[in-house]
Amino acid sequence: MAQAAIELIGINKSFGAVRANRDINLEIVRGTIHGIVGENGAGKSTLMSILYGFYQADSGEIRVGGKPASIKTPNDAIALGIGMVHQHFMLVDNFTVLENVILGAESDALLKKSIAKARSELERLEREYGLEVDPDAIIEELPVGLQQRVEILKALYRGAEILILDEPTGVLTPAEADHLFRILKQLKEQGKTVVLITHKLREIMAITDTVSVMRQGTMVATRVTKETTVGELAELMVGRRVLLRVEKGEAEAGAVKLAVKNLTVKDSRGVTMVDDISFELRAGEIVGIAGVAGNGQSELLEAISGIRRAVSGSVMLDGKPIDLTGAADPGELRDRGLAHVPEDRHHVGLVLAFEENENSILGYHDDERYLKGPFLDIDAIRNDAKDKITKYDIRPADCRLKTANFSGGNQQKIVLAREMEQDPGVLIVGQPTRGVDVGAIEFIHKRLIAMRDQGKAVLVVSVELDEIRSLSDRILVMFAGRIVGERSPEASEGELGLLMAGVEQREAAE
Amino acid sequence: MSTPYAKLPAWADYGLIPVINLAVAFVVAGFVVMLVGENPFRAAVILVEGAFGRGQGIAFTLFYATTFIFSGLSVAVAAHCGLFNIGGEGQGYIAGLGIGIVCLAFDSVLPWWLTFPIAIVASAAMGALWALIPAYLQAKRGSHIVITTIMFNFIAASVMVYALVGFLKPPSSMAPQTRTFLEGAQLPKLNWVIELFGAKIRSAPLNICFLLALVMALLVWLLIWRTRLGYEMRTYGHSPKAARYAGISETRIIIIAMMISGALAGMMALNPTMGDQHNVALDFVSGAGFVGIAVALMGRLHPVGIVLAAILFGMLYQGGAELAFEMPAISRDMIVIIQGLVILFAGALEHMFRPYVQALFASFSPRSVGIEAAKGKGA
Ligand SMILES: Nc1ncnc2c1ncn2[C@@H]1O[C@H](COP(=O)(O)OP(=O)(O)OP(=O)(O)O)[C@@H](O)[C@H]1O
Ligand SMILES: [Mg+2]
Repeated sequence: MAQAAIELIGINKSFGAVRANRDINLEIVRGTIHGIVGENGAGKSTLMSILYGFYQADSGEIRVGGKPASIKTPNDAIALGIGMVHQHFMLVDNFTVLENVILGAESDALLKKSIAKARSELERLEREYGLEVDPDAIIEELPVGLQQRVEILKALYRGAEILILDEPTGVLTPAEADHLFRILKQLKEQGKTVVLITHKLREIMAITDTVSVMRQGTMVATRVTKETTVGELAELMVGRRVLLRVEKGEAEAGAVKLAVKNLTVKDSRGVTMVDDISFELRAGEIVGIAGVAGNGQSELLEAISGIRRAVSGSVMLDGKPIDLTGAADPGELRDRGLAHVPEDRHHVGLVLAFEENENSILGYHDDERYLKGPFLDIDAIRNDAKDKITKYDIRPADCRLKTANFSGGNQQKIVLAREMEQDPGVLIVGQPTRGVDVGAIEFIHKRLIAMRDQGKAVLVVSVELDEIRSLSDRILVMFAGRIVGERSPEASEGELGLLMAGVEQREAAE
Repeated sequence: MSTPYAKLPAWADYGLIPVINLAVAFVVAGFVVMLVGENPFRAAVILVEGAFGRGQGIAFTLFYATTFIFSGLSVAVAAHCGLFNIGGEGQGYIAGLGIGIVCLAFDSVLPWWLTFPIAIVASAAMGALWALIPAYLQAKRGSHIVITTIMFNFIAASVMVYALVGFLKPPSSMAPQTRTFLEGAQLPKLNWVIELFGAKIRSAPLNICFLLALVMALLVWLLIWRTRLGYEMRTYGHSPKAARYAGISETRIIIIAMMISGALAGMMALNPTMGDQHNVALDFVSGAGFVGIAVALMGRLHPVGIVLAAILFGMLYQGGAELAFEMPAISRDMIVIIQGLVILFAGALEHMFRPYVQALFASFSPRSVGIEAAKGKGA
């Protein structure tokens, strides 16, 4: 039975001075789900990109189904039955599902024939694997979970026997993630092989058969999932014991720092996303906003930080109102001590084309520390960036590297370092640890709690219930734009889960 | 997550690729020359010799390059802010109005070194003003800058015709141009610099605007990479959302970037008017604003690249004129074709050969890119 679908032998890959993969050996057994875990920047994405033909290994051998394979482009990989689902989907937004699936795999010169053929094939795949999507829906109108399904369909349509998923659940709601796992199990039952990269060790335990651990470019261990524990994996990844839940003392809540009153926000289509929300955030406490993604949390954060216009209501920062007309100057709010770690680090929190040090001043670029008259004080900026790199253990420790070349978790640390080091009175954070490894999660959580203990007010929005529960002093649950309940962090997961699903609210309405 | 893509070392990125693009452009141009029955190698020799062979040619090449440096910088400044300013032509043309008024008013009373700064300010101001309206419309009304700047090219052309057949023209003259400027508005030539190297120059229009262009290139570099304003422009250019988050006002940054871009385009008018013809005539810009787009693209939006690309285009203009003169089968239009090919390969198809070069480098193993330098921790 133990037949290898893929063997990687002695794979090496360097980017300049960074050795992203060194001497990697890995065997993936056909018909299994194989997890790969590892710290941010450990080289997981690089390894899979080599397998998928995005990168060429400097040395080493790839065997597919026992035969040596030369994979120079993604097309070679597809021909060998390898498919990949990227974390950032490669779909054409204004095409339909069907059009996206056949894109690049059109079999006839006339589109019409291809489409008819694809439609029946698609229906078969949908039936077989429980991958329901409307083939005629436009991509941009689909939620991310469904977009991801389209990516999977695309791979299967091209005959993938081996499916690679790089952090597929980072953008999914828990329900969507569950559904994805059911699909993956189906695929496995049909004899397909799945490689799953994730930072969520719970997912590894729940679904994989085997798990491999990478650290700093090397493969440190491979375990049968049933025979290992979350603790062991975390330790293997980071090379030391990791606290999966950070210790913290009682909060000593002080004066009200941020007061939100009857806030209502609509999105660009006029749909009410935040519906008459009121709450207070005090100095010295962490308030967590729990909720399934898409229930207005993003809009709430944007309104508070002055990026999005509110329809009505007020937000007071230290007793003085924040301009909610959409004309607010986020720079002025920063001066008033409000720092914001946005959810979308790629398009909002960072400029990926910038050098790391340039991003380390984004939003604070008019601060005297970084300026000499109208000029940027390059030395001051770079020294400052280097300090943050050391303090937050950002890797690689190169402040002149282009930001796009940092791994996801390290990009997140760049944003967090920038915002936390400004020593703000109020810190609002969206998805603090999305795509971040366990070691870094521990670090980030410790820092957030340290800020709280210094008397700062911290507002955390996260779709990770575990994270909310371990960080918060109070939990507010958001559902359909409203706060449907406030609970203490001791509340049971089940109770919070029901609130998040809007169950209690419906009962109350009846 | 990390989007995979291969990276080239800087020398290949900025040196090798443009050279390959150019070489291909010339090979294709060579075929065109063959097609009309001339010897492409002799044509190439005439072209290069015409541009650089004698002092005279060098001076003309640099004269043309001067204008292109200004227009290339103009396009680059806007592009760094994510804006495509196609209006350089019109902004430069309308600047002629400012220059004309200043020169006609002061050339009899002031020496050139006093008229020149006033004319610089006037040309920059007119160019900036001409860019301001499209900028405002983009920032406040969302009217696309490409459309509005093109329209403003036409409006500028009409305004200039009106002015040149009207109040700028001396009453008795038949020609649609100003009277010849007096010495107080004639810029000193730089030909003596080339003569220092032993070359002889009969008369060539190279003038101190060339130095002004180099100074502006340096200032643009400083602006883009060393000032807060440049930082804000680049942030907006890469990601308007990030700019909003960082507290950078969209309206303000669009308007400022376009006005700087327009000012640079306006300054290109100094070279042909005060530097060469000593008047302001109909159509004196003659496409230099559009060449600036190719120059900026080929120069990878970097001032150093722009200066080099401008010299290349200066060479094509000057050498091309020689070629048309020496080879009867090659007409002026043929020269335009050759220039078009360079623009096509160096500008529009800039990325055509990149994947192959990257593949080549990849097969040489990236170790050649200095892996053992071992800096930092390196995960
Ligand atoms: N194109 C590139 N150029 C330079 N360095 C790169 C490039 N791509 C990746 N790296 C570096 O290689 C290392 C491995 O990156 P990789 O993206 O494989 O990590 P990862 O394990 O997927 O991390 P994460 O969990 O954060 O996604 C990192 O140090 C990263 O900065
Ligand atoms: Mg990754």
